[in-house]
Amino acid sequence: MRIPAWKRWLVAVVCVVAVLALVPNFLSRETVDRLPDFLPKNHVVLGLDLQGGSQLLLEVDAKAVVKDRLEQLVGEVRAALRPAQIGYRGLGVQGEAVVLTLTDPSKLDQALSELAKINPLLPAAGFGAGSIRELEIEGRNDGRIHIALSERARAERIGAAVTQALEVVRRRIDELGTREASIQRQGVDRILVQVPGERNPEAIKRLLGKTARLTFHMVAMEVDPAEVRAGRGPAGVMLVESAERSGSREWVLYRQVELSGENLVDAQATFQNNEPVVSFRFDSQGARKFARITQENVGKLFAIVLDDKVISAPRIREPILGGSGIISGSFTTETANELAVLLRAGALPAPLTVIEERTVGPDLGADSIRAGVIASIVALVAVIVFMVLYYGLFGVIADLALLLNLVLIVAAMSLLGATLTLPGIAGIVLTMGMAVDSNVLIFERIHEEVRTGRTPLSALETGFDEALRTIVDANLTTLIAGAVLFQFGTGPIKGFAVTLVIGVITTMFTAVTVTRIMVAAWYWRARPAQLAV
Amino acid sequence: MRVLPRIVPDGTNFPFFRYRHWAFAASVVVIVAAIVMMLVRGFNLGIDFAGGILLEVKTPGPARLAEMRTTLGGLGLGEVALQEAGSSDLVLIRVVRQPGDESAQQAAIEKIKQALDQSFGPGLDYRRAEFVGPKVGEELRRAGTLAVVIALVLVLVYLWFRFEWQFGVGAILACVHDVFAVLLVFTVSDLEFNLSSIAAILTVVGYSLNDTVVVFDRVRENLRRYKTLPIDQLIDKSVNETLARTVMTTATTLLALLALYLFGGPVIQGFVFAMLFGILVGTYSTTYIAAPVLYYLKLRPAALAAGESAPRPG
Repeated sequence: MRIPAWKRWLVAVVCVVAVLALVPNFLSRETVDRLPDFLPKNHVVLGLDLQGGSQLLLEVDAKAVVKDRLEQLVGEVRAALRPAQIGYRGLGVQGEAVVLTLTDPSKLDQALSELAKINPLLPAAGFGAGSIRELEIEGRNDGRIHIALSERARAERIGAAVTQALEVVRRRIDELGTREASIQRQGVDRILVQVPGERNPEAIKRLLGKTARLTFHMVAMEVDPAEVRAGRGPAGVMLVESAERSGSREWVLYRQVELSGENLVDAQATFQNNEPVVSFRFDSQGARKFARITQENVGKLFAIVLDDKVISAPRIREPILGGSGIISGSFTTETANELAVLLRAGALPAPLTVIEERTVGPDLGADSIRAGVIASIVALVAVIVFMVLYYGLFGVIADLALLLNLVLIVAAMSLLGATLTLPGIAGIVLTMGMAVDSNVLIFERIHEEVRTGRTPLSALETGFDEALRTIVDANLTTLIAGAVLFQFGTGPIKGFAVTLVIGVITTMFTAVTVTRIMVAAWYWRARPAQLAV
Repeated sequence: MRVLPRIVPDGTNFPFFRYRHWAFAASVVVIVAAIVMMLVRGFNLGIDFAGGILLEVKTPGPARLAEMRTTLGGLGLGEVALQEAGSSDLVLIRVVRQPGDESAQQAAIEKIKQALDQSFGPGLDYRRAEFVGPKVGEELRRAGTLAVVIALVLVLVYLWFRFEWQFGVGAILACVHDVFAVLLVFTVSDLEFNLSSIAAILTVVGYSLNDTVVVFDRVRENLRRYKTLPIDQLIDKSVNETLARTVMTTATTLLALLALYLFGGPVIQGFVFAMLFGILVGTYSTTYIAAPVLYYLKLRPAALAAGESAPRPG
């Protein structure tokens, strides 16, 4: 029962660090900020179920990402085959592929070699991946060609779209001035948005529900919409609905994108003639293009299209050289503001869908905290009293270890910035019950050793040593289960796993070192002739 | 020094092993009942797994449940379940998954809020609003099952590594038994089965393993100490020697959980109830599933032969 000095120091240092780590939880944010830098400043983060807030799980529309690329590809195919003078018909997107049929099937080989030029190798990633191309091009003898994205190109494109969407979502939510929102990627094509304190997620959902793809097109004024609808319109035009709710007017626009939202550097909601409007400014490249377009097309209509709807189509009265302009439409102050935010934050690469939503009001959160705290205190007091009544002095030692254990759990959670959820509180309470188990194992083992006739000192030493093996094996199995939970769990399960895993580790530490040091200290002072465990 | 007498007197020698057949019968009944109930009655799946909508509303006065039921029933949203949540002014509203995609769920939430505000508002407070889309529910279900299976496999490997393979098999069978017993509770009662329930099951698995390992550890020790003792007596001896610890630990854990059950609030009550039950079952299964498996898998002869060929310590 001699404890080496380094072990006592270790325990002392851990205790000091734990107490320091605990402190920020009880101070206001301002006070914490004023603390010297070497002190830990993190605190336990309360989960949304405790502090109230909204959680949205968004899914990036992967099909739309692929479709976008395929539509782009149609243009590339056209451009590749034209110089070689290869005739074809039926070029278009079908499902997840671009298809076309050669008018002269004997030119298949020539067509395939032209198409190979627009099929680059993908940059190597990992081993032996250097030979994968973006497209899988198959030609049949009857002249039909089928072009699809390769598996890897598809995955990379979707991955890039999610990364970009993540950034846009972050910017949009930042624009709202929402504090402490957490935005994370989840799985392949998901984005998890957590906004504490948000009662009504409608505003956020509205903001994230828009792709905000802004394009500018010339209006094909000479074409009759009815012709286009009937499929008899000239090539290179499209029919686009008006955004205005009243009068579902349709516009015929040239497909060619003259300018797009990517060229915008700023957008603000302002007023013009007492009407809410959105003013915008192009970057230098955009400004040059805008100047050229407005110079060449004075008197014509210029359509501003947002998410495939025409917001407005003003007549160009004079060349606009300054690179800034105004979008007017039937805006309210609120919608003008929203559009400005969307334009500033940029377009999403693909639409997002909310596939899961959880909102907890702050009242319910507060109720849960109160219930959790009361339950924890009752559980703690019950266990403490029971242990003292049952084990006497050794019970007091076990209780001190238990209290220290709790301090360590909260301290570890603070340092890691871990999230405390309601199931997490349950995990802590459960740990209390199980933490006592380690001490029970030790005490019962000592009791047995005393009964076999060992001296007190020998019984204590054997008891601790023999119990240690059991404690390690038993706790490691629990640790395995906890780690799996953490790895595969989401939301409440993860919160529970965090406290369980931390609790198991701190329990092993306190049972193996702290209890032993206290028992040793008592033994060398009291030097009992016999043990009553 | 101690105030309370020892719960378990020293040197007990209960013939646990002798009653194993009765226990087996009971265990088989539990497992069969669990499977039958799962097939026949199924779970009261929460929205985590079934998908759907959950709202918690606080009304200014006591809630007029019957009227609310009529109002919401007339919306044509399919099955709508209303239930008091803890106190008379709190109402839990559950709506089955709406046909169509995710936006259909959103629209339904709005529809419910509007209808309630119109008939019972203002002053209604929406404390909680959740919806889980069909895709997510399916995925959560798969991930939950996967977590349980992976945890069990890893534990099996660990115990094989640290003990003998028979111990691993015994511990896993005990766990499987416990999982079925907890599932039986969920099917028999109307407790909602959700993500927290999976956490509860895994806690029970963790606890059960903990308990099993403590007894197995003693079995392993006694195997070395008593080279010729028949395995059935050795198992009884080991269970008896660790009995005091088993009872004490179960008592303190139950004490803590009981506090959580009584004071932890309605949100986690189901979660804690499943754990309370599971911990009792987990303790039982150590003695009557895990330990007898060692006997039937003939741990002793093989281990004995190996032990005798090795030089005896001391």
